[in-house]
Formats: sequence, C-alpha cells, structure tokens
Amino acid sequence: MTRYIVRRLLAMPLLLLGVATAAFFLSHVTKADPLSAIVSERQMNNPEIVAAAKARWGLDRSVPEQYAIYIGNLLQGDLGTSFRTRMPVANDIMARLPATLELVLFAMVFGVFGGVALGIAAARWRDTMIDHAARLVALIGSSMPVFWTGLILLYVFSVALGWLPGPGRIDARAVPPAGATGFYTLDALLAGDIDAFLKALSHLVLPAFVLGWAVMGVISRLVRGSMLDVLEQDYIRTARAKGAGERRVLVVHALRNAMIPTLTIIGHSFAYLITGAVLTETIFAWPGVGSYAVDSARTLDHPAIIGVTLVGAAAFLLSNLATDVAYAVFNPRIGFGGADG
Amino acid sequence: MTEPALEIADLRVAFPGGLEAVRGVSLSVARGEVLAVVGESGSGKSLTMLGAMGLAPRGALVSGSVRLKGEELIGARQARLRALRGDRIAMIFQDPLSALNPVLPIGEQIAEAIRLHRPRMGRKEIGERVLDLLALVSVPDPKRRAAQHPHEFSGGMRQRAMIAMAIANDPDILIADEPTTALDVTVQAQVMEVLARLRERLGLGLVLVTHDLGVVAGVADRVAVMYAGKVAEEAAVDPLFADPRHPYSRGLLGSVPRIAGGATRLTAIPGAPPRLGAREPGCAFAPRCVLAHAACAEEPPLRPAGSGAAACWAADEPAPEPEAEAHGETRHAVTGAPLISVRDLVKEYPLGKSLLPWRAAERLRAVAGVSFELAAGETLGLVGESGCGKSTLGRSVLGLIRPTSGSVTFRGREIAGLPAAEMRPLRRHLQMVFQDPFGSLHPRMRVGEIVAEPLRLLGEVGPKAAAKAEACLERVGLEAGFARRWPHELSGGQRQRVGIARALALEPEALVLDEPVSALDVSIQAGVLNLLADLQAELGLAYLFIAHDLAVVRHISHRVAVMYRGRIVELAPADALYSAPLHPYTERLLSAAPLPDPAAERARRRIAPREPESGGAASGGCPFRAACPRAAPECAEAPPLLARGEGRLVACWSPG
Repeated sequence: MTRYIVRRLLAMPLLLLGVATAAFFLSHVTKADPLSAIVSERQMNNPEIVAAAKARWGLDRSVPEQYAIYIGNLLQGDLGTSFRTRMPVANDIMARLPATLELVLFAMVFGVFGGVALGIAAARWRDTMIDHAARLVALIGSSMPVFWTGLILLYVFSVALGWLPGPGRIDARAVPPAGATGFYTLDALLAGDIDAFLKALSHLVLPAFVLGWAVMGVISRLVRGSMLDVLEQDYIRTARAKGAGERRVLVVHALRNAMIPTLTIIGHSFAYLITGAVLTETIFAWPGVGSYAVDSARTLDHPAIIGVTLVGAAAFLLSNLATDVAYAVFNPRIGFGGADG
Repeated sequence: MTEPALEIADLRVAFPGGLEAVRGVSLSVARGEVLAVVGESGSGKSLTMLGAMGLAPRGALVSGSVRLKGEELIGARQARLRALRGDRIAMIFQDPLSALNPVLPIGEQIAEAIRLHRPRMGRKEIGERVLDLLALVSVPDPKRRAAQHPHEFSGGMRQRAMIAMAIANDPDILIADEPTTALDVTVQAQVMEVLARLRERLGLGLVLVTHDLGVVAGVADRVAVMYAGKVAEEAAVDPLFADPRHPYSRGLLGSVPRIAGGATRLTAIPGAPPRLGAREPGCAFAPRCVLAHAACAEEPPLRPAGSGAAACWAADEPAPEPEAEAHGETRHAVTGAPLISVRDLVKEYPLGKSLLPWRAAERLRAVAGVSFELAAGETLGLVGESGCGKSTLGRSVLGLIRPTSGSVTFRGREIAGLPAAEMRPLRRHLQMVFQDPFGSLHPRMRVGEIVAEPLRLLGEVGPKAAAKAEACLERVGLEAGFARRWPHELSGGQRQRVGIARALALEPEALVLDEPVSALDVSIQAGVLNLLADLQAELGLAYLFIAHDLAVVRHISHRVAVMYRGRIVELAPADALYSAPLHPYTERLLSAAPLPDPAAERARRRIAPREPESGGAASGGCPFRAACPRAAPECAEAPPLLARGEGRLVACWSPG
C-alpha cells in the first residue's frame, strides 16, 4: 500500500502542471485586460506608465513566453505576484489557507458525524417520524442556499439571541493567537489559552454548521440508503441468527459495510468545500482562500486565480487519494496492485 | 423415539394482505436426527425455518407453536430469543459468500458467535475455541485461515466457516437452509460429509432444507415434502423414496434425471406451483395432479399413509403407470460431417495491468486449447465445476467472446475472429440460450417482441414477424396469448421457454445452451429438458449443452466432454463415460454426484479429494496432477487428449 501511495503522490506534480497549463491559457482567453487591474483608469492614458507596467509585470512578452516564465517560476515554487496585493501569491494563499482548512475541517466533522448518525437513525426507524424528520433536515441542508441559511442563523444566534459572536474569525480588536498551525482553535489550545480557544470556537460554530449542513444532508441520505441495502443482506440475517442484538447488528455488521459507498462522497465533499466555501466565507467575513478567490476574480488578478486553482486541484487530488486509501481500510476486498498488494 | 428437541406445530407465516406463505406446518426433530425438508422454490420450506427462529422477513406475521426443548418460542421476548439463537438453535444459509460479513475476518465472526453467548469467556480461550471449530469442520491451517476475510475463502471453505460459526456453542438444533446449493458437486459432497459427521459427533438435531432429493437421500432419517406452504408428505427416508404416497412426491422423484439411468423420458409435472395469493381453494396440488378428482376440491389433511403421512385423498391408491414413451430415437448415434469444429481454442484474460510496458501482464487461461466437433442433430454435453471455463468456451464458439487463438469453423467456414459485420449473417445459424431466465429477457418488452427481435436481422418486422414469433412460442409450449404478456408475469420455466423460442426464431442449426435449466426447479426443469429433446428430434438441432449437473447432462447428451481448468480431460459417448470413466477427474466428479436413492447413496464410497483447496494451478504438467490419486512422475508433462477406444478421448497418462 505504501508503494501505491508513493506512486500516486509522484504523479501529482504532473497532474498539477496540467492544471496550471489549462488555467494559464484559460485566463488568457478572457478578453479583459489585466492591465486595467494594475494601472488606474486615469494613468491608462499615459503611455509611459502603461509601458512601464507592462514591462514590470511581463505583459509585453508573447503568451508562450509568459507561459514559459510562469511554469519556470512554478517549478521553483513561485506562484507569481498578485496584481492586487503586490504580494507573492504563495504567501497570500498560505496566510489564508489555515482559515479555510479550519473551517472546512470543522464543517466536515459536523457533516460526517451528523450525517452518519442521522442516516443510521433514519434507516433504523425507517418510515417513522424520525425518518421523516431526518429527511426534512437533510433536505433543508442540501437545498437552501448557504447565503440564506447563513444570514438567518447569524441573525438568530448573533443578533437576536446574542449567544454567538458575529462574523469574523475572531473578535474585532482581539489579537489572534500566535502559533505554527494557523488554526486559531489549535494554536490557542497549544498555547494553553482556554479563553482564546473558546472564543475561536464560538466564531467557528456558525459558519462550520452552515457549511457542514449541506454535506450532512447528502451524507445522511446516502448512509440511509446504503444502510437499508446492507440490512437486507444475508450476513445481517446471519448476525441475527447468531443472537446479535439490534445495536450490534447496526453498528458492527451494517455500518462498516454501508460506509464503503459513502466514503467517495465524503472525499469529494472535502475537496469541494475547500474551493466551495466562498459563499460562507463571504457571509461570515472569513479571511480564507474562498474570499481571496472572489476578490482576485473581481480584479482579474490572474496569478492569484491560477494559484487558487492549483490549491483547489491539489486538495482534490489529495482527498481522492485519501478516499482510495480509506476504501482499502474499510473494504478488505480491495487490494492495491504491486508486490506488497 | 427420543423426545423432540424442536417441535413445530401448526406454524403459519402470513404477509400483509392475507397472503399465507406457510399454512400450518408441523414438524419435529430429535437430537441426533436428520430431518430433510424438501420442496421447490415458493413451497415455504425456508420461510418455515426462518419463522421458527424468529428471523422471518419484515412484516411477516408468524403464528402457531415452536417449542425448543419444551420452551415456546412464538411470542417469546426478543431478549430470550436472542439468547437462544446461535446458542441452542443455529442456522446456516444457502449462499456462504453473502451470508458472511465481507469486512470482518472469518475468525472474528466465529468468535463473535461465542462471545455473544459466553460473555465471561476469556479472549485467549475464545481464540483457541475458534481454531478448534475450524479444525472440526476440516478447514486446513486454521490459524492462518481465521485471520482471512470471506473473499479469500473458496465456496466450500466459506460454508465450512458458516458451519463452524453455527456449531460454536454446541446447539441442540442446526438448521441448514440449502447448504450446498451454491456449491460444486465435489465440494457439496465434502460439506455434506462434514454435516453428517457433526451430527454423529455432537449429537445435534439437523434440519436440512433443500430442493435436491439427491442430497438428502444419503443423510436424512426422515423426509418432509412441502408444497404450497404445507407438508404434502412425511415419511422415513427409505419408504419415501421407494414408495412415495403423495402424487407430488412421486412427480418430484420422477422428474429428477438419473446418473445411472439411460435416456428415459422424465415425468415432468405439468403446470407450475401456485403463486402466493393466487391459489384456488381445495388441494393446492390438484391443478397439476394426474389423480385429481372431485374430492380434491376440499383440502386434504395430513393423514397416515403407508409408514408415514401424506396430505392426499388418493394416498392409498397405487401409483399410476408412468406413460411409456419411446425416447430412444432422439439419442441415435450421430454421424456425418461436423457442423461446428473447434480446434485448439484458447481464451486468455490479462490479470491486472503490467507496471512495465515491455512486460506483458500475467494472463489467466480460461480456455487452454480445446478441440471438439459437433455434428448436426447431436448434443454434446459440457460438464465441469465452476471456473473450469465451460461458459467462456461456449461464448467463444459463438464469437460472443473473441478467442485469443485457435479456430472455430461452422460448415467448414472459419468464424473465429471474424469481423462483426461478417459474423452477423452467420449468427442466425448459431444461437444461444442463457442461464438466468430473469436477467436475459428485456423487462420492458413484451414476450412477442422479445421473440420477434432477432427476426430484424433478416429484415422481418411487423405482422409477419409477430406471426412467426407466435409460432415459435407455440413450438415451446406457450399458447399464442403469451406474446402479449410481460416477462415479469411469467414463471421461471415459462421464461426459459421464451428464451428458447427467441433462439429458435431464426431457425438456427446449432444452439449453445449455457446452464439452461440450473435456475429452475426440478419439476419445471424436467419439462424444459423434454422440450429440448423434442425440438432436437423435430428440427435436427445441434446442441452444445453446458451444465454442472452430471445427471442432467447425461440425460440430454449423446456425447459428453468433461472440462477441468480450461481443458477437456475426457470426451466420450455419454453411456460409456458414465458407466466407466477413464479420467481420474471424471471418476471423482461421478463419485461426488448425489444419487436420489437412499440405499445406494449410503452404500457408496466417495473418492476423497487430495486437492489443496487454495492451490494455484500447478505451472505446466497435467492440471489435475496436484489432486490426482494416480499422479506419477510423467504427469509433469501435460497429457494430450488421446483416443482410447470407441470414440473416446482421454487426457491422462494412466487412464482408468
């Protein structure tokens, strides 16, 4: 299995190079001139400034030349410099990635655990009120747009009830916990600062819930369906014939089998949230990659857009790999090719 | 007689809507006794047992009485039932692959059965008990096997693991629901032997639920025959086979093809078992019964008849003479130029992908150089156990699978590897009938359309095609009215007839029949076999008849080819092959096949296999070498298929 993982990891740079190429040329297909993002409208009339800007950002070269330079830089880990922030794109993204990752991880924990529990309950008590209630919860989560649920929940819990803080990762004027991971909750814990941890957590709860709700909806329906399938299987009857109780049948015999088809969706959800957290980040003023992507797109910040695309692609590839590995762990029938099978 | 350990009285299992699937069944088994419950699909035999264990499917209403050593189970609390299930009464199921949890190791699944009922037993003790149990059911190398998952076990080994799990707590009663139906004959014989041995060693009461009379003949003490949710007849095993009293029992026995017998016509029971909810009042068997008379409008109770009991008003009347029908002429020796000739046919499948582009992936030889000829009007039976390559061979002959190498000629014309466009006009002469009568008919097409579809090949559509389709349906014994019906409205036997009608629509010269009757109940199977024999006599069709059932193959075939690991190991006229097999593998197959005759079954000795079950194919040499009792040094070289007297070919260095 190790060999398999190494092989997959080795293939990743090649795939990312392909993604970078596609993103690079796609961004040049757009008619809009990135110069308008660099040079102010008034200065656009000054040919000297325009020429200087072009030379400064390499826009005076041909597209193939630009591409060669970009890829050359990319191979050295340089994602270019943002037109907008004038900072290296890699730095920009690294500064914001922990915020998104923290949000997405919490959302996933909520979505996966909530979804699996809801799915099991719905399957166990199928066609009862519990099942119908679970269906309704799932339906709301996966069909209501996050900007709507997000705003409603913000209003209810933050404005009306005052239980939770408003948007943002941390209270205004508060100093973010310093630490290596960039996850405020984890950094605060590592620093032993329980107060800061609870603060960070209270900021995280609403956006993570909103983001995770959609995932929970999908996963709970999937788990319910595959649990119902699995519960019809002969080995469930065998377990009952052995004298196993209902809880044991559900948790030991059914769930692990039912999780196998669910894993794919969990993996995809994770990758999807990394790039799809845009709306949630916008509503909760979350300084993550999503809102960075939106701002970059608005200002035709090509280096930043390609950089975000690459991060998203890497997230997809990694979560796919993680899914495949999890598959093998859950399903003994799957082996990986190679000598160590 | 000892006190019964399990006593079922007037058990009923009903589904919502008043559909009663089990209608008052009474059975009893003592410790150390083997009761066989025999019946066709839908007879309620499995449901009776599931109902007795409290495992009936969702929504089923179970009533009546089930006493386990005097303790009433119907209406008992769930917790009490759970405590008894797997401890005092245990069950094993038909398909040991689906009945084992795929994600848990075998040892863990057996350990669970112990732990659930012996919560205080230590980890180490349980582990030892698991290994003992696996050894008891003859699983070699228990320590290694216990850590493996079900998919790493062969079918027979899985069923042994199931048995180990069921007997883990030394139950009083073991219910085996079709324990060997999904297994090959040689494996079936081994599993049955394990069960018989356990009965003696542990003294447990065994209930053997099966559709196969042959399987029970050697092991059962008593037999209960079930029909339409009731016990039709119950008797000790010898009188039941020698002198069945219920016309259904007689029909069931008469419709089993005999390995020993020649080509007598099978006595098929006409019609099909009643469907749930579509039963007329009165005796459920009356519509199919040759003895039916006015009294049968009232349902007969189970009453003493002979040494047992039968639910028939005519149980004491002598059995009617079976219609003597000449059948011999369809089995005349067939001569003449071969219609189909197969030479050195090879079909390989790559095993996975090779990492290195210059190194070819390892390949599996599903068919490893097979040659035979099929004459017009002849039936060549192709027998072998699962995985021997018989289906692949059948499909390769028709070009449905492109063979890797070798030649197939039809009327002297090479058809192997022919481009699709050139093959298409030839297809009309070569048709196929598939195993699964459910999966092989398009569910959204009416029967008439299904049968008429191949006629498009000839450009025939519309009323003319419809008329032809109806003629084909009539030919297979389905009235014209069937053309308007949907596949799901038909029984298994009727569907298989539709499959045959479709194959006949193009007036082919040869049919490849891939396990055409293995999905059917015996009484239905007999009708289809008779039909195939009639069609051959009328139309002069050539059949390549692929099956795993030795008796069925003997019944229908002129010549029989035995396949093992992709090769034909023996090919001979049917009578010669069955009366004096020359290849050791053929001998072993024949010795494993169950006989529907208690005395003969008890008297015979089985050839114990020497095969390491997990053994990969020995590279080079005779493929049977590792399992062969006559293996010798020269077997390191693969023996060719050589002539050994009157039309016989054997691939063995030291035949018979």
